[in-house]
Amino acid sequence: MAYTHAKYAQSKTPPVNSGLKPFKGKWTEAEARHLLKRTQFGAKPADVKDFARLSVAQCVSILINTAEPAPLPPVNDYNDINFTDPDVPAGETWVNVVKSVGTQNFKRQNSLKIWWTGQMLFQSRTIREKMVVFLHNHFVTETRIVGSYMAYQYNALLRDHALGNFKTLVKQISINAAMLRYLNGAQNTKKAPDENYARELQELFTVGKGPGSHYTEADVKAAAKVLTGYTINNTTGTYQFVPDKHDEGDKSFSAFYNNHVIHGRKGKEGEQELDELLDMIFAKEEVSCFICRKLYRFFVYHHIDEHTEKNIIVPLAQTFRKSNYEIKPVLQQLLQSTHFYDMANRGGIIKSPLDFAAGMYREFDIQLSKDIDIVSKSRIVQRIYQFAATTQQNIGDPPNVAGWPSWYQEPLYDKLWINSDTYPKRSRFAISVIQQGINFQENCIARVDIIEFAKKTSDPSQPDVLINDSIQLLYPCNLSETERTQIKNSILLTNMQGNMGDHYWTQAWLQMLQKPDDKTIRNNVLNRLNNLYKYLVSLPQYQLC
Amino acid sequence: MKRRDFLKNTAAGVLLPYLLNGFSLKAFAGTSLMHAASYGADNDHILVLVQLSGGNDGLNTVIPISQYSAYQAARSNIALPENKLLSLSGTEQTGLHPAMASMHQLMKEGKAGIIQAVGYPQPNFSHFRSSDIWMTGSDSAKIITTGWAGRYLDQVYPEFPEKYPSTVMPDPLAIQVGSIVSETFMGPAYNMGLAISNPTSFYNLVEGKSEIDKSTRLGEQLDYLQNVSVKTDQYSTVIKTAATKVPKQYSQYPAQGTNALADQLKIVARLIAGGLQTKIYLVSLGGFDIHSSQVISKDTTTGTHAVVLKKLSDAVYAFMKDLDYLKVGDKVMGVTFSEFGRRIRSNASGGTDHGAAAPVFYFGNKVKGTIVGKNPTLPEHATENDNIAMQHDFRSLYATLLQQWLKLSPAQSEQVLYGKFPLLPIV
Repeated sequence: MAYTHAKYAQSKTPPVNSGLKPFKGKWTEAEARHLLKRTQFGAKPADVKDFARLSVAQCVSILINTAEPAPLPPVNDYNDINFTDPDVPAGETWVNVVKSVGTQNFKRQNSLKIWWTGQMLFQSRTIREKMVVFLHNHFVTETRIVGSYMAYQYNALLRDHALGNFKTLVKQISINAAMLRYLNGAQNTKKAPDENYARELQELFTVGKGPGSHYTEADVKAAAKVLTGYTINNTTGTYQFVPDKHDEGDKSFSAFYNNHVIHGRKGKEGEQELDELLDMIFAKEEVSCFICRKLYRFFVYHHIDEHTEKNIIVPLAQTFRKSNYEIKPVLQQLLQSTHFYDMANRGGIIKSPLDFAAGMYREFDIQLSKDIDIVSKSRIVQRIYQFAATTQQNIGDPPNVAGWPSWYQEPLYDKLWINSDTYPKRSRFAISVIQQGINFQENCIARVDIIEFAKKTSDPSQPDVLINDSIQLLYPCNLSETERTQIKNSILLTNMQGNMGDHYWTQAWLQMLQKPDDKTIRNNVLNRLNNLYKYLVSLPQYQLC
Repeated sequence: MKRRDFLKNTAAGVLLPYLLNGFSLKAFAGTSLMHAASYGADNDHILVLVQLSGGNDGLNTVIPISQYSAYQAARSNIALPENKLLSLSGTEQTGLHPAMASMHQLMKEGKAGIIQAVGYPQPNFSHFRSSDIWMTGSDSAKIITTGWAGRYLDQVYPEFPEKYPSTVMPDPLAIQVGSIVSETFMGPAYNMGLAISNPTSFYNLVEGKSEIDKSTRLGEQLDYLQNVSVKTDQYSTVIKTAATKVPKQYSQYPAQGTNALADQLKIVARLIAGGLQTKIYLVSLGGFDIHSSQVISKDTTTGTHAVVLKKLSDAVYAFMKDLDYLKVGDKVMGVTFSEFGRRIRSNASGGTDHGAAAPVFYFGNKVKGTIVGKNPTLPEHATENDNIAMQHDFRSLYATLLQQWLKLSPAQSEQVLYGKFPLLPIV
């Protein structure tokens, strides 16, 4: 069933022919870093070191098989001079309070987004948080429309199923209150059918709009009838099935679905029609292909050419179907594959804003003081979330039901994150994080310890090693020798040329280690390092992962 | 939150690889016409700072012929023969290194001068620290985080960068040819300078070239990023426009790639002639940190030090000629500086170690081309610790440039330099 995307035929980059066979190359820090950068928010240097000591299979297994409890829910971290939540005391969770209006709702939505961003910043060594973002972008709801209570329930659902069964998740999403509200499922009744969810269920969530998908408008209408009767119980804030509103007639589907007929069921049994609908849809191979293409775009590269379709998507989709739509086997196969580690695929993704900001936070190993209070911690995390929001990724509120254009819009895809407004903001953010940390107020600052970061290189006293290793820590690619030399001479050593310059740096570094309390010596080293890293994070290479 | 605090909290000194301007253009929309201060902005004078990185051996650059025997005794292995020195007119006998014939020529024309023994009290012998002192304009023992030129620009162009580029000042306030914006340009909240990372990147910009291999997945992404960064930077358009206005320059520049300083100054001349109102440029030449074999012993007028001095001299000469050719010579003045001079006594390996005060060259059509100050006094038996005593505080040079060239009021100059310093008779 291989086919060519006509639009893709114009691609300028040569195909990457490697396939899904397990990666048998040398497993080094570079490979471990690539894996971590793609599956987490940034690769923490300590994680890279640990992963490099294991095998590719072990690493992937840790990422996808580590059991993780659900995180503690968000709490009231938002009381301030102007607002006190009358229903939830400071420090206690608000997620069980169904009703939320006005400022209260607004504050809780903000609290949810900060909490969510915190899950990314403080994630354990698993792929879960990346998958939550993937699924959020796939099964879009918008927080501002569904409100804080349902948005949290929706978020928890995605996290619960992030590495579970995809078909089960589609079932749960179909009856999730946030989704029922967002795509008007709650208003879909036999008297006044609303096709919104029935359409997106097919167009965006399962069979998609690719060349292998031929569902019809009649299929949308028939599916909408199946889905009548689901509403939201305003007291519990969850779905409820109301048999009176369910269309009990038979629903006939097109040839694409083999002219399947879902026979109308009466009363409470009407609910079972949804399962039959999903069985019918998931019987189409195109579901597995569509989802695998989306996973590929998210984890590997935006462009799917003929080779990728044939060598990667088709066999991966087969794995997906064989496992009855379990997500783990697919991720395992992809993340262990020769193709995933192909040099030609390294650095081919432009970081999303959250990948950029949360990744920087983690890669530079910013530490919050242990006794930081919950409010201050939230304010720090808020900076990351806000940065992402002002650079086109407002987590929890994608631009529309299709998700962020960077993950679907041909032909630019992830290039869409970068424009004349966002790019300077990214550079400015990165530079300011190096220079002064992430700060909310004078007394609430999370700093980068740049000297500690330099110590993660194999020998920070040697300018060449320091620069070379730093590039490896931060970029998916190397810089040319000319560029490295230029960085050394004109940034680290400010034009002191030749071997003497190296010698002065070595001296300054060693002096600093010997006299850690001497401020002048320390500032000397610190200024040079700050300049070095400010420069490195503002090069375009730092936008890639 | 105060404006300054806000700026401090949201962005830092910005460095600009690939001419990437670190500021969001949207923030510049609707700028006011009236925010350039009346002081200092109403003249067309331009200052070019030439950094000699590594610590130039001033004693083998400007030689006190009046004390030739003490000079010869202190550094017999590297001393320049008296009869080869290029003599300078003045009240006492002074000579230039023979490699500096073009600078000598400029001095004869009255278009260049020398300030003897510039330095600061309690000299620091670390390259890093001493460079910081020169760039920030601080006392030896005091750490300042802003640059002297950055503070000057902040006086003249307040509220940078929110209000810029503006109709009154559409151009970068300061430009450095080099990867990173020097500390010299660090203002109270932002670095006020823009970097052109190297001459190649300048010509790539002007000619619209890129060095990225677009045939890889990474390369085609990088190419896109770089394109956006160049297009985003409003200043890159300004620079490109200015450069395009100057299709032809003085023909006698040293060949491209043979003299790094000349390559940089050629760009500066082109931008000035192209009409940029940028007030300060910074260019630099490395290679002055010569601890061994600074001369070839059988002919001490040759060797590594001679090579860098010739580069300096030829580059400045070609630059001056080019400025005249382009008819902008009268608005430009330049000065050299180096983080320190070197010890009076040479070392056993035919080089010199880190020292203190050293001469500064200044040049321009409008300067008073003389020698300011006396030949340094050399001890009869120099020891390895003997240094050239400071005659002029480097901040006197800055105060003179600020008040007499860039036209700040004495009070403003005092604010920029954190104190009063006597002026020098150079302009």
